[in-house]
Amino acid sequence: MDRFLETFFNPVVMAQYTPDIIAGIWVTLTIAAAVIVAGIAAGLALACLRSYGIRALNFLIICYADIFRALPPLVVILILYFGFPSIGIQLSGPMVLFIVLAATLAAFAEEIFWAGFSSVEKGQWEAGIATGLGFTRTLAYVALPQAVRLALPPLVNRVLAITKMTALGSAIGVSEILSSATTAQSFSGSATPLTMSVVAYLVIFLPMVVIARWLESRTAWKKR
Amino acid sequence: MANRPMLEIVSLEKRFGPNTILKKIDLKVAEGELVFVIGPSGSGKSTMLRCCNRLEEPTSGDIIVDGRNIMAGTRRDLDRMRLQIGMVFQGFHLYPHMSVLKNVTLAQRKALKRSKAEADARAIDMLEQVGMAHKADAYPGELSGGQQQRVAIARSLALDPKVMLFDEPTSALDPELVGSVLKVMKDLKSKGMTMVVVSHEMGFARETADRVVFMDGGVVVEQGTPDEIFGAPKAERTRTFLSRVSG
Amino acid sequence: MDIFIDQFFNIDIMRKSLPLLFKGLWMTLQLCSAVILLGLIGGLFVALGNMSERRWLRWISIAYTDLFRALPPLVLLIFIYAGLPFAGINISPFAAVVIAFLLNNSSYYAEVYRAGLISVAKGQWEAAQSTGLSPVQTLIHVVLPQAVRNVLPDLLSNTVEVVKLTSLASVISLSELLYNAGMARSVTYNASPLVLAALFYLVLLWPLVRLVSHFQRRLAA
Ligand SMILES: Nc1ncnc2c1ncn2[C@@H]1O[C@H](COP(=O)(O)OP(=O)(O)OP(=O)(O)O)[C@@H](O)[C@H]1O
Ligand SMILES: [Mg+2]
Repeated sequence: MDRFLETFFNPVVMAQYTPDIIAGIWVTLTIAAAVIVAGIAAGLALACLRSYGIRALNFLIICYADIFRALPPLVVILILYFGFPSIGIQLSGPMVLFIVLAATLAAFAEEIFWAGFSSVEKGQWEAGIATGLGFTRTLAYVALPQAVRLALPPLVNRVLAITKMTALGSAIGVSEILSSATTAQSFSGSATPLTMSVVAYLVIFLPMVVIARWLESRTAWKKR
Repeated sequence: MANRPMLEIVSLEKRFGPNTILKKIDLKVAEGELVFVIGPSGSGKSTMLRCCNRLEEPTSGDIIVDGRNIMAGTRRDLDRMRLQIGMVFQGFHLYPHMSVLKNVTLAQRKALKRSKAEADARAIDMLEQVGMAHKADAYPGELSGGQQQRVAIARSLALDPKVMLFDEPTSALDPELVGSVLKVMKDLKSKGMTMVVVSHEMGFARETADRVVFMDGGVVVEQGTPDEIFGAPKAERTRTFLSRVSG
Repeated sequence: MDIFIDQFFNIDIMRKSLPLLFKGLWMTLQLCSAVILLGLIGGLFVALGNMSERRWLRWISIAYTDLFRALPPLVLLIFIYAGLPFAGINISPFAAVVIAFLLNNSSYYAEVYRAGLISVAKGQWEAAQSTGLSPVQTLIHVVLPQAVRNVLPDLLSNTVEVVKLTSLASVISLSELLYNAGMARSVTYNASPLVLAALFYLVLLWPLVRLVSHFQRRLAA
């Protein structure tokens, strides 16, 4: 037991590497926030565009959403990070991570918002247009609020899943929590930094999981 | 009428939290007898029926089916005892993912361990009895409410139960479909099935019931033949209830 | 444009890396079958624990699902692969991947099952038990088929996520599809093998993604 504590909860190692881990937390949070904002905004914009029903445009949107829902983000990250420099585009690690995760979130968010729009009754659209709001304002004031409410629980779940993928940054040298921890682990020769990263992720994400659960149970209850 | 009791409810008590829903109920149902239970909403009729096969766990008391106490024994004994107690629900509860035939054969195969041939034959027999054999391959979603309820009755009957419990079997049906289900129940009675029926079909009770039981507030207030209860109720509460339901 | 095609869609390099990628694909498929199969079974048990009448079982399974949904799968994988040897437990990369993703995915599958089980009306349990079926028989023959049908899109979309997840195994040098593509890239200094791997994933997963959308639309209607 002592040995176990010594390896996984070594206080000396903990004290030494806490600043590194905290710096990693900061990086993780910054990238996560940027991904969430950009991904949701782009997804919402795409879903709104799609509701105008322009055929060629919709085809492109659907293809985009399908491809980014089907591709593992790590593949895209590696292509951007290792492939783009050879055609003259240099992107930093954090930038690649941001672009790929935001694009992935946008694809999922588009599908989720679109499902929300589709479930708004036709009568709601007709009522809005009949009262002279026009399509765009009916979209904004009538359909959107209803769609967002429906979209919220699955969206929170997806945001959670994708912000957790910031850990993929460790594969391309972004110094977020996980890569700070693995670096510290190899320097210190102790598993303690790994434990610290687990704790850090739990502190960040456990509250989000609990919120997601609460949101889900609330809407499930209302449906009954 | 044979006097052997087929179902005995002995000082049955049921509490939900602080509320006592059933207060020391005693009721004996003889072999081949049809007992008709009436009472205002919330008086505990459903709870009493559901306690009889322990879908609801009694707080205390005994339920004795053909001389055997279903409150004693293991979980497996309970499953075996439930085979002997058929139950028909207001909402039918047919399995939507199975054909009518599979609905009727499932418990025969899995609980009674009958062979497929035997279960199928028995199912067709029972479906014929309720006039549904022609729909054996249909799915519940394709049937009317009255047809679904008749299949549900066949599903119970196929297990050769000693008692059949009906909890408002026709309340969810359109008026024109009620008759078909009541007819099946009448046939059953004439074949000697022991039955407990909770229902608002007073006409059916007058014609078919051996005994009418009036429940209110978790107790049996009064019981007697249909003529006694409908013609000359003794208790004040019974009179008020009957005047209200007959309008 | 030429340099773009040369760097990303170089047919020659793609053809040469094809055997290596197929080898990787085989490993990816093995990983997927292990994680999906075990996840589907494990998730069911966690979901049943979650709905149990015993309070301690409920608490354990809720803690389990929340814990493993909060941790990024890659963190779990690294912790198991790089951390456990410190405790004197050495495991193969394959086992580490299966264990890490199983913990992660059974939690997600469990949440899906739970939603499905809740969606089956209580009357179905009661009807089945009143005909003498045991609780296990009721679950298997009556409730589970309906539950699975009700949440099929979510089960499917979770399965897509598992397949995507296996690409993380490349981080601990398990030679699956992405790792082999990365190897080919570093040997050829050309991203075409990575693009080819992406195409493999697309061929594998695009139909499933379409199917998910299709189911979702049908359920919503
Ligand atoms: N699971 C439960 N938890 C708490 N209270 C319950 C539960 N089931 C029933 N009750 C209460 O028990 C009482 C009796 O209910 P029951 O369903 O047996 O009445 P009923 O006579 O069948 O009425 P109805 O004619 O409306 O069907 C009601 O007050 C009801 O609120
Ligand atoms: Mg009732």
